[in-house]
Amino acid sequence: MGTHVKNITQEVKKNKALFVMLAPAVVIVLIFMYLPMSGLVVAFKNYRYDLGVFGSEWNGLANFAYMFNSGTGWLITRNTILYNVLNLITSQLISIVIAIFITEINKKHFQKVTQSIIFLPYFISWVIVGVFVYNIFNYETGMLNTLLTSLGLEKINAYSKPGLWPFIICAFNSWKWCGYNSVIYIAAITGVDAEIYEAASIDGANIFQRIRYITVPCIKPTIITMLLLQVGRILRGDFEMFYQIVGNNGQLFNATDVIDTYVFRSLLQNSNIGMTAAASLYQSVLCLIIILIVNRVVKKIDEDYALF
Amino acid sequence: MKESKTKIKGSKSTKAFNVICYTVVSIAAMVCLLPFIILVSGSFSSEQAIRFEGYGLLPKEFTTAAYELIFKVPQTVIKAYGISIFITAVGTIFGLILIAMTAYVISRKDFKYRNVFSFFFYFTTLFNGGMVCTYIFYIQYLHLKDSLWALILPGMFNVFYLLIMRTFVSAIPTALIESAKIDGAGEFRTFFSVILPLLKSGMATIGMFLALGYWNDWYNAMLYINSEDKYPLQYMLYSLLQKAQALANIAGQASIPVADLPSNSLKMAMAVVATGPIILVYPFVQKYFVKGITIGSVKG
Repeated sequence: MGTHVKNITQEVKKNKALFVMLAPAVVIVLIFMYLPMSGLVVAFKNYRYDLGVFGSEWNGLANFAYMFNSGTGWLITRNTILYNVLNLITSQLISIVIAIFITEINKKHFQKVTQSIIFLPYFISWVIVGVFVYNIFNYETGMLNTLLTSLGLEKINAYSKPGLWPFIICAFNSWKWCGYNSVIYIAAITGVDAEIYEAASIDGANIFQRIRYITVPCIKPTIITMLLLQVGRILRGDFEMFYQIVGNNGQLFNATDVIDTYVFRSLLQNSNIGMTAAASLYQSVLCLIIILIVNRVVKKIDEDYALF
Repeated sequence: MKESKTKIKGSKSTKAFNVICYTVVSIAAMVCLLPFIILVSGSFSSEQAIRFEGYGLLPKEFTTAAYELIFKVPQTVIKAYGISIFITAVGTIFGLILIAMTAYVISRKDFKYRNVFSFFFYFTTLFNGGMVCTYIFYIQYLHLKDSLWALILPGMFNVFYLLIMRTFVSAIPTALIESAKIDGAGEFRTFFSVILPLLKSGMATIGMFLALGYWNDWYNAMLYINSEDKYPLQYMLYSLLQKAQALANIAGQASIPVADLPSNSLKMAMAVVATGPIILVYPFVQKYFVKGITIGSVKG
């Protein structure tokens, strides 16, 4: 222990300037990321605003018990996982297909323009996406109902049909991230050695065979890395997306409430902070465990795919 | 790759594939573009037309009334633009220096604790306090309620950007650092006059990500900002949308003719005003994002 401390002081003396350069980032991360974690103790307390985080009384696991007994805990966990799995599969699949097709287009100008357009949704805020959702689905003036009326069909009030929303959310998630994800896959595809393709076409492979037996296997490492990164976030809902698309629409909560939106709403209503913190803690701990397990398993199978 | 493709052009499967290829990509591009067209056409449509015919691809009863209404009292918009530009500029500049400096230190092979500090930063992506604890801590202990710092500080440092920047730093030969040292330059001198000039493309890339993040942020404003004159652009738009919604609901309940109130086209026009700069700028800067995303997807 003594030598350890000596080593550190020696190192600090030797590289004083480097430590000074690190200090701002360390301080910022400490204050804005690490210190708020201490607030998680509220999960085990009966929080009262006037008593503060550390003054409030302990109540053991009561917050967790209440969350799961009320059914909310299960509901939001189920929704979060289902949405993430659904979003993961659709958005990655669409991005891979788009990336393969874009790289196969041989008119450079067309390729460039379409890729730019598909990348566009990444650059706008979720507030604007919320506007789009409203433009399409609102009952009186939405595009969907305009279309239905002009076809002589009956109008749909999407905001009272919870069953529709998994598809809507999934569609907009893919829409927003397709450009971003396909950039990654396009980079992976263009990194494939051109000679392999040449050899294949000399051997008489047609375009479908080349994609099936060269492109897809070559981008497999990228696909796996992307999946792993997402699996680590399986219990984290994209708050900005859910909040802007669904809003505070009570009718849709059963179908669209994820952990993050639930936490936010409780914060907004300033009700039961303890239970809300319990939900956050539960989410963070499970996420950490999942990432560690997945990483361990992946490391055993193939060291190269491990995240850390 | 491209030559080989032209050589075998003409085979049936290639032709069929090309048709599928162009169709799918065209449809995807159209789907991505369509909402923007509807938005712009809605902003130029008359309120009456939107009420009775709904949104369409082309403006109905072309009018600039909504824009005129916005710029009749331009203070709100200008103020919000000012706030957004301010937090974007300040946050991006300080964030860049912070991230570059940190990336430089943790990529120095001769810095013994670089792995310890890397883990210290990386851990925050694995575990965090979540929204409630962060909110309570920022408000009760850091007193950030209604302060512009709440919009700037939390977004300034990001581990993902740090890792990308580290890749850029690693590309700089260590011999340069050593020769600077031999010439008698201190660590700071080495960083600011040798490393930083070589990090231009890394700085441009991360700068773009930071700037986009600040520009599009509405979430921190929703949590921490109370006074309307501190609303950044995106949150101003959001609160306006909510108000227009509430107004329309009230008017509807009180059977006041809503048509007098150009709420729909106004919303669209406001969204155009808030998004315009990004759409105009993004074709020129997207190459930086492509670079950053590509580097970020390959773990450092």
